[in-house]
Formats: sequence, structure tokens, C-alpha cells
Amino acid sequence: MIPAAFEYYRPKDMASVLAILEEHGDDARVMAGGHSLIPMMKLRMADVPHLIDLQDIGGMSDIVIDADGIRIGALVTQADIIDDAKLTAAAPILREAALQIADPQVRYMGTVGGNVANGDPGNDMPGLMQCLDAVFTVVGPDGEREIPAREFYEAAYMTAREDDEVLTSVSIPPPTGGYAYEKQKRKIGDYATAAAAVQIVKGGGSCVSASIAMTNLSDTPVYSQAASDALVGTAVDDAALDAAVAAMLADIDPSEDNRGPIAFKKHVAGVILRRAIVRAWSRA
Amino acid sequence: MKDEVTREERVENLKGMGCSRKRVEDARFTQGKGNYVDDIKLDGMLFGDFVRSPYAHARIKSIDTTAALDVPGVLAVLTAADLEPLGLHWMPTLAGDKQMVLADGKVLFQGQEVAFVVAEDRYAAADGIELVEVDYEELPVIVDPFEALQSDVVLREDLDPKAPGAHGPRKHHNHIFTWEAGDKEPTQEVIDNAEVVAEESMYYHRTHPCPLETCGCVASMDKVNGKLTLWGTFQAPHAIRTVVSLISGIEEHNIRVISPDIGGGFGNKVGAYPGYVCSVVASIVTGKPVKWIEDRMDNLMTTAFARDYHMTGKISATKDGKITGLQCHVTADHGGFDACADPTKFPAGFMNICTGSYDIPTAYLEVDGVYTNKAPGGVSYRCSFRVTEAVYFIERMIEVLAIKLDMDAAELRRINFIKKEQFPYTAALGWEYDSGDYHTAWDKALKTVDYDGLRAEQSQRVEDFKAGRTRKLMGIGLSFFTEIVGAGPVKNCDILGLGMFDSCEIRIHPTGSAIARLGTISQGQGHATTFAQILASEIGLPADSITIEEGDTDTAPYGLGTYGSRSTPVAGAATAMAGRKIRAKAQMIAAYLLEVHDNDVEFDVDRFVVKGAPEKFKTMKEIAFAAYNQAIPGIEPGLEAVSYYDPPNMTYPFGAYVCVMDIDVDTGVPEIRRFYALDDCGTRINPMIIEGQVHGGLTEALAVALGQEIAYDDMGNCKTGTLMDFFLPTAWEVPNYETDYTVTPSPHHPIGAKGVGESPHVGGVPCFSNAVQDAFRAFGNTHTNMPHDHWRIWKTANDLGLHG
Ligand SMILES: Cc1cc2nc3c(=O)[nH]c(=O)nc-3n(C[C@H](O)[C@H](O)[C@H](O)COP(=O)(O)OP(=O)(O)OC[C@H]3O[C@@H](n4cnc5c(N)ncnc54)[C@H](O)[C@@H]3O)c2cc1C
Repeated sequence: MIPAAFEYYRPKDMASVLAILEEHGDDARVMAGGHSLIPMMKLRMADVPHLIDLQDIGGMSDIVIDADGIRIGALVTQADIIDDAKLTAAAPILREAALQIADPQVRYMGTVGGNVANGDPGNDMPGLMQCLDAVFTVVGPDGEREIPAREFYEAAYMTAREDDEVLTSVSIPPPTGGYAYEKQKRKIGDYATAAAAVQIVKGGGSCVSASIAMTNLSDTPVYSQAASDALVGTAVDDAALDAAVAAMLADIDPSEDNRGPIAFKKHVAGVILRRAIVRAWSRA
Repeated sequence: MKDEVTREERVENLKGMGCSRKRVEDARFTQGKGNYVDDIKLDGMLFGDFVRSPYAHARIKSIDTTAALDVPGVLAVLTAADLEPLGLHWMPTLAGDKQMVLADGKVLFQGQEVAFVVAEDRYAAADGIELVEVDYEELPVIVDPFEALQSDVVLREDLDPKAPGAHGPRKHHNHIFTWEAGDKEPTQEVIDNAEVVAEESMYYHRTHPCPLETCGCVASMDKVNGKLTLWGTFQAPHAIRTVVSLISGIEEHNIRVISPDIGGGFGNKVGAYPGYVCSVVASIVTGKPVKWIEDRMDNLMTTAFARDYHMTGKISATKDGKITGLQCHVTADHGGFDACADPTKFPAGFMNICTGSYDIPTAYLEVDGVYTNKAPGGVSYRCSFRVTEAVYFIERMIEVLAIKLDMDAAELRRINFIKKEQFPYTAALGWEYDSGDYHTAWDKALKTVDYDGLRAEQSQRVEDFKAGRTRKLMGIGLSFFTEIVGAGPVKNCDILGLGMFDSCEIRIHPTGSAIARLGTISQGQGHATTFAQILASEIGLPADSITIEEGDTDTAPYGLGTYGSRSTPVAGAATAMAGRKIRAKAQMIAAYLLEVHDNDVEFDVDRFVVKGAPEKFKTMKEIAFAAYNQAIPGIEPGLEAVSYYDPPNMTYPFGAYVCVMDIDVDTGVPEIRRFYALDDCGTRINPMIIEGQVHGGLTEALAVALGQEIAYDDMGNCKTGTLMDFFLPTAWEVPNYETDYTVTPSPHHPIGAKGVGESPHVGGVPCFSNAVQDAFRAFGNTHTNMPHDHWRIWKTANDLGLHG
């Protein structure tokens, strides 16, 4: 469990980061908290001859909340999210989800940017950000651009971010209504067997809008428009729950691993989503 | 001299047996000041690491080390060809088999050691490993022992298929041994003619002890003096010294083995591993110290696994539940080499304790050991030799019989327990249980948890479930276990011909403090705390004035080490006996000082007093000084003693456990609501340490029962080589344990103690498992295999049609 030799950089500004990325292309990679990347390097599954530590780049660790929404810097840690009372008031699902990621030690290091940029289907924040309809801001040699979370994930470890781009922040429109992040895992620090992120807006006893995304049930996070649609206009009764679950199941494509076979995962995905919807609805 | 201190205070000052003395080890451990093997740094020290096989079964066509040797810092790459001239390319195992140190022509399991790269630092070694080119030709892989016994594929081409193995004839080229206990025909007869017979097959899955500190060593050959020093994570340092001497030819006095602080062992650190041999050879070759430390994957995938027993049983009884006979067959998967760590005459350990706590008149056990393409091992993971397997088997068979009889499983146990007045009790499979009072313990346990109330609640829950009012089922797990620990009597227990006695040597210093050295080695059990307490009570000096030292073969007396809960039963006994020798001499000195006859003084807490004249006494402190400053006629100066203790019998701790669990039928998630553990380990030396041991053992039991496994795919790839997939519970997954006790001292142990470190694991595994199984009993479940992880519990529910 010893990584291959690598060159370590700790630049002070984004221009330097981009310059190193440009110079070394595929051979260079940025590191935020390092809690996904370093294990991969130690297992020699990731070969990173030029490692660029982002920790000294200013301006990427802020959480800004205003009328337009929430902007979370890429270097904000999962622990920061848990500790930020204003953020919790504005988007309580973030804290509920962050508390179900890894363990306290990992959460002090792991960042929002790293979690969403990583592209591992096991990461919880990509699904969460899809549920919240977040937008990721990336900067590259040609300047800044924005990529919606729902269009960011292409396959496992493949995202719409180019190799020479750095993710700088995540923007979330102010969420409304009830919320729930429900996750089944084998133990503390485990990735999800199945997880569901749900936001529901209630109006006059029925569902006005809903947003549903699932984690670790395909090679990317799964935003299920169909499942969300199945709830809209209903009183979120049993029939609506059944319809939402059925729609979600049509969108996911889990694979077998040590957590269990496909049939089990699908069943659990349904149960977890149902519970998430019920909890979100009760808070709506 | 007037005594200001009351007798009670004098007892208290000793911090002797029975007091919850704080662990003296913890000051350094909690401050990060422990001294583990990887903390050892020597001048010029090199690092060695292995090239390991990616295949489970393959022929090695060639090994090219050129590119690796070009890596800056890489000094040497050892292969079997280099070790062969020294006769060290193979080594003997503790089970009478032999094992490749480095792959000799083929590999038999994934992760097997193929070459040893020696470099100036770990980084260079890791880079060198990448560049060793090994040309493999893949061979058919066998991961199923039943298939192995049918297959034409010969796993061990080095063995003559016709020749008997270390434990008698072999039935097939992939067969290792057959081991029997009990009476075959009479048992068959009883079962054939029984009123009721219950039958079950169960697989006790392969798992791993997974100590927090992995295995490792530092070998340092001093070429000038011809002395080899070997620091290592050894649970049996003296045995390692003897083995190293036997296989290397270095005379034993020129070898010093040191076990420094050890971060948990649980059986994983009993055996000898290729890393030790290669480090020694590399140090001899280079003349420099060489360190080898496993990483987590190496540890999980290659050094000693535990369990992997396929067990089939039949249990017979009368209609009203009196057990009449028990039959057990085991197919034991030992992996590529038979490297079990058991006493020589017990290739299946003490599996023949599988009649459990019950008075079963007739029984028969047969175990077949088999080779497969898996890692070698088969150690006793927090248990005495194969005792977890035995207790799991009988505690499941009891449940299965209860179902067959439509009887309450607690009641079935009660009517079959060996009765108090039957001890010492000779079981059908041969062991003589020294003592026990099972009914008292059982009644106390059931009463404390309100067993009847729990059953009533459970019936209500089943009704609610059937009526659709809940999706959670409730399981009540019961287990009553008898351990067999303290191996063991030299007449029937040895390892590599070394009798399993143990030892203690005591030196009292002139000012009334002492050092005691033992042949055992703590891996976290707190020996430095408890053995000082035994001595304090025996010799009347405060525990705080007694240093306990273990693990250095140059200073400690010979002993067989720490595993199988043997330290207190054997070395603890040696400690008491050596203490008594000190006391006997102290008595003579006291009598001389008090100018009375030897028999006119008697021991009282911390002193000898003249009988009938309590104001005339000499404290042990005074006696200690006198031993060094007075010429006493007929008595040698000094105050020292040594004792080698050969126990007359094993000790038999027992306990009664109850687990209450709620199971989410839809997700397969179990929630432990309550866990009650009553342990009877005989005399209790330090209640706080006992409680700690019980918590630890139960936590490892929870792990094994609920998810911890070493699993392979059909290609022999280990699927659980990291802590992501290998379940190591944290505080989060662990319930609040309730501990309790009864005290039934061992009649043959000098202080009546029986050993406790492993009992909770032995009793805990079936208790957690029975809770899961019991939750589904009302729906027709008789048995499902561990580990009960979420998906397997879900599958049980699904198979029973509970998902609608
Ligand atoms: C024991 C353990 C348990 C865990 N459990 C969970 C869990 O339950 N749920 C979960 O979601 N995660 C889990 N994680 C992962 C953890 O949350 C990681 O910290 C997170 O996935 C990555 O964040 P990081 O800041 O550490 O990123 P890094 O490891 O530094 O980087 C990860 C990847 O993202 C890229 N990257 C990082 N930052 C940027 C950026 N700003 N722009 C572009 N690319 C970037 C890196 O190049 C790298 O490829 C666990 C980790 C561990 C060690």
C-alpha cells in the first residue's frame, strides 16, 4: 500500500494550478481532501506523477447564502457542512446527508468538491446535488463554465469536467419543502447499499413538486425524473409511493458486489426510497 | 512495633486478587508511547516486502528480477532458487505439514509469497515489487473442499499421494487427514433407534482474526558475534526461537527473540510466516537488520485465517427432550498448506468438545482436512483450538432439536445440562470437565432478562407481523457454552514436540519490590496488571511494587506463549506456585528473625506473624531485606524462585448469554436491543479486566456472526481483502453489553482461575446467530448460515415468503 513516486505541488493560486495541469496533462491531478485519491494511489490504482494540492488556494472554502441560493466552495469539508447552522437552516438535507458520509475523521478531510468531482458511484454528494438541482462551476484554460449536476456524470469516474479543469464551487437554488436523505450501509464508513435523496413541496394536501435521486445503484448517480413525476399531484399515498418506486426501479441498474446481489439491491432501493419519501412528506 | 494500619487497609494496599486495579499498561498506550515492532528502528535497517501471486493456482515458468534490481535502493530479490541451497525454500508448519517460504515452481493461493525484495526503504521495495516479472501459467482453481476431494487436479504435487500425512492415511491427493473421536457404531445405533432425530448441515464460514497491528518482524544478524536477534509480533516467542533454530541451524543460545508490545493477536500471530524466514535470510545475506511489516491486505489475504468448517450433525433425543446421541462430521478447508496452529495430537483442535454443556451419553466426531486454493491457516481466532466451531455446532444443533421437538430451547438446554454433582464429568468424546454449575448460571441469566416476558413479547410481535402492524421481527438468541482452555497437560498437549507447560521466575529485590518474568506474552490482555495481582496476594508485596516482564527469550523462562486462553490457567498457575516458593523461604527467614520455629509463624496478608502473638511479626519487606543482608544459618542468601507448571487438566469456563434482536424484514438490517453475558471464569483476578475482555470478545463475536468473512470467487480471488469489505465493527455497531457472573473455581488450579479472554467470543457467536435464526423460527426457519449480513438476512426473509 505504497504509492508510486510522485511530484508534489502546493500552488497559491488557481493560475498556477491550471499551468501545472496544462504542462503535464493526464499525468497531473488535483487533490482536495485526498480521502478518495490517496487510497487509490496507495493501491496503485491511480497513477499520479504530478499531484497538485489545492489546500492553499484561497477563496474556495466559503459558504455563501443569499437570495439567489447557496454557493459552497469546492474545499468546504463535509465537517464544515455539518457545523454550519445557517446552511442547515437553508438546506437541512445537506447536513442530514453529510452525517451519513464516512466517519468524523474522514469528514474533517473530505471536501464537497472532491466528493462531487470524484465520479465514484458510491459517493453520496453527487446524487444529493442532482436532487437539489445544483450547478457545478469549473475553471479551465478557457475560463469558467457551469455544468448542471444532472448532466455531469457520464460513467464511473467519467464526468463532464475536462482533465484540465478544476471545480471551484457548487451552487444550489434555495430548496423548499420537506427533505430526506436515507441511506442503508453495512457499517459506519461504508458506501451505500442504497441511498435516496428526496425533496418534496406540498401544497393544499398534495405534492406540488418533487425531486428524487439515488446513490450507488448504477455506475452514476441516478436522478429519476419519472419517480419525481409519479408523486406530483398525488397525496403521496400508497399508490403514489408504489408508482414512484416502480419508476425509480426502471431508472437504476445496480450491479452485484459484496453488499449483495442485484435483486436484493433493487428491493432495498425501493424500501429506502419509500422511507425517504414518507419522511420528506412528513416534513413538507 | 505498633501497627497503625488495619488489616483491611493492608489488604487494600496490596491491590491483589479480586480488585479492579487499573491497567498499568494503559499509561503508555493511551499516550502513544507503546513500543511495537514497527516502532523499532535500527541503524542501516533495510526493508523487505513480497511479490505476491495474483493467481490462486498457477505454475511459475520464470521469474525475472533484472528490472527490479535496477531500481535505486533495491539491494536484492530473493526467490525460492536462492533459498533452496540453504534448505529454506520450504518450512515446517505447526500442523506437521510443510509450506513454501517462496513459491517453488507453483503457487497455491492468491497472495502467496513469490519473491522477497530487499531495499533501503519501503518505497524502493514497493517499486521493486512492481518490476519483478513473473511468468505464470494458470492452473484450474479449486475453492470448494468437496470438489477438491473429487477432483483430478493435484494441488500438492510435492506430496506422495499414497504416503500417509502427519495425522495418518490420506484418502485422496487433496485430502490431509481424518481425525475421529468417540464411538462410531454405538452412536449410529443410538441415532438409528432414537425417538427423535434432528439433522442439520451448517457452514461456519472462513474469517480472519484481523488484529489492529498486522504481523511483522525485524531480524538482525550480528555477524561478528554470530547472534541473531529477532523482534516480532509473536504470540509464542520461545517456540519461534526453537523453530528458527531448528530450521536455520543457528544454535538456540545464539538466537534472541523479542516480542515487544503487540497490538492484538487473536491467533493470527501464533504461527511462523514466510516473512520471518525471509527477513532472517536477508539479514544474514546483507549483514544488516531487515524489517518486514504486512500491510492490511497482506494480513487479511495471506496470514492465518480462522474457521472454514463445513459441519453436518445429527442429534437424537427422547420425545420429551432428553438427548441420547450426537454425531458430527466436519469437512475442514485448510487452504493450500496445513498450517493450523493446534497441539500436535489434535489436528482439529478441541473440536471434540462439541458435546457442549450437555450430558450426552454417546457421541462420534469425524473431521476430514482438505487442501484447496485458499490461504493457509486455521488458527483459533479468540478461542481455544476450534472451540468456537464446536460450540457453534452444538448450540445450533440444540436449537434445531428444539424446533423438531416443538420445545422451548431454554428448557431443552436446562433438562440436558450436566448437573453440578456430576463434576468432574467425563464427556462422551473424552474430555474431563473439571467443574461447573450450569443450572445456577442459566437460571440467573433467564431471570435477569425476564425470559418469559421476552417470549410473550415475541409471540405478540409475530401476531402483529402477520396482521401487518409491523415489519420488524424479534429474535431471542440463547447460548450456553463450555470452553476448554489452558492447554495443556504435557501428557497430551505439545506443539512441535514442546510440552505445553508454562513458567514464571520471580526475583525479590532487597527493598521489597520484585520482578517476575513469564513465558507468555500479552497482546492487550493486561498481564502486567493481573499477574502482579496474583503475586501480590501470594507474596504480600504490593502489586504496584511488582514488575511483570514477558516476551524476551534471553530473560524470560521458557514458555509456550499466549493463545487459547492459556496464560492465566497455565502461566498464572506457575506464578502462584513460584510465589508460594518465595513464601516458603520467607517463612524460614521470618522464623529466624523472630527467633521461633518455622512452624510457629503464619502468613497474614503482607507478613509472617508468630502464631498467637500477632504483635510479633516481620513484614515481607523486612524479610526481603534480611534475605540479602543477613547470614542465616542453613539458608542461601537471596529471594528468588522459578516454577514450571504442567497443568493436571484443562480448565472449563462457561457462561450463559442472551441476545434480543429486532430485524427489519425488508432491508435485512438487525438491531441489537439487548445483550446479556454471564461468565463463570472461576476465581476473578481483576473484574474490570474481565469486563473488558468480555466486551472485546463479544464485539468480535458480533463481527463474525453478522458479517465478517474471508470470501473468494470461483477464480480464488479474495473478495474481502480490505476493511471496506471485511467487517471490523466500530463503537457505532456495538450494543451496550450487560455483564454478569457466577464463580465456580477450578478445583485443580492453584488459585481456582479458569481463563476468560476467549469465552465471550465462543459463546457470543452462536448467541448472535441464534437471535437471527430465532426471529424467523415462527415462519419455518430451522437454519441459515452465517455471516448474517443484511443481504443474507433479507434472503432468509425472502425465501420464507415474507416479502409478499
Ligand atoms: C473510510 C472512508 C469512508 C468513506 N465513506 C464515504 C461515504 O460513505 N460517502 C461518500 O460520499 N464518500 C465517502 N468517502 C469518500 C470521502 O468522502 C472523500 O473524501 C470524497 O469522496 C473525496 O473528497 P476529497 O476532498 O477527499 O477528494 P480527493 O480524494 O482529494 O479527490 C478525489 C478526486 O476528485 C478530484 N478532485 C478533488 N477536488 C477537485 C476539484 N476541486 N476539482 C476537480 N477535481 C477535483 C481529484 O483529482 C480526485 O480524482 C469515504 C472515504 C473513506 C476514506
